[in-house]
Amino acid sequence: MSSTFDTIANIISETCDIPRETIKPESHAINDLGIDSLDFLDIAFAIDKAFGIKLPLEQWTQEVNDGKATTDQYFVLENLSARIDDLVAAKGA
Amino acid sequence: MRLETFQLIDRIAEINLTDRKISAEAIVPTTSTIFEGHFPGYPLMPGVLLIESMAQTSGWLVVAINRFERMPFLAQVREAKFRTFVEPGARLTVTAELEHDGSGYAMTNAKIAHEGKAVCSAALTFRVMEFPNDEMNRQMRDTAARIGLPDTETLAHG
Repeated sequence: MSSTFDTIANIISETCDIPRETIKPESHAINDLGIDSLDFLDIAFAIDKAFGIKLPLEQWTQEVNDGKATTDQYFVLENLSARIDDLVAAKGA
Repeated sequence: MRLETFQLIDRIAEINLTDRKISAEAIVPTTSTIFEGHFPGYPLMPGVLLIESMAQTSGWLVVAINRFERMPFLAQVREAKFRTFVEPGARLTVTAELEHDGSGYAMTNAKIAHEGKAVCSAALTFRVMEFPNDEMNRQMRDTAARIGLPDTETLAHG
């Protein structure tokens, strides 16, 4: 069974045409991989479908804009993977 | 179609929020300055306006699903295909279904048919956000009433 990170790394690689080997758990989707907000919508769509969840992008954006969170918390891939795992767990609870 | 104001949908024929589908009617004008250039001696409805027709139809679906509290703005067009020419006077049926209702975005699949024949199709992505101001919200509600989009209470109760 592939890990959450592997799944989103594959999604990012296919969606944004980024070599898979350059996508690391510590990669920041925006700062390191250069993914813009429009491309991230395609990634969010694929993640929503793959995991049966709804990534709360608006909430995350609001928290970053309000200074209550940093983009690292949501867009560094190991952190994004953990958020996804939490959402999947919450869905099954 | 009101080409001069870019309001391309004439009438909402059907909308189903449970199935997340919509069908609309759009009649291409018989005359327009657009046809003087596109093309001289051979008037055709421009493909970009067909895309816009699909976007507006999709937009009404997304607006209705969001009960006029949020507004979709076109962000991406994918897989646009134009299968036949559309001439002045054509009565078009524009349909759309919601593919995905994301957080702050929506994706639809839309099609246009003429006399039962497929004309074009596209997959569309919208950013969905709060209305920029009350005036826009009011204008959208007025246009919705003009084209026969049921009010949110009617929609809510099926």
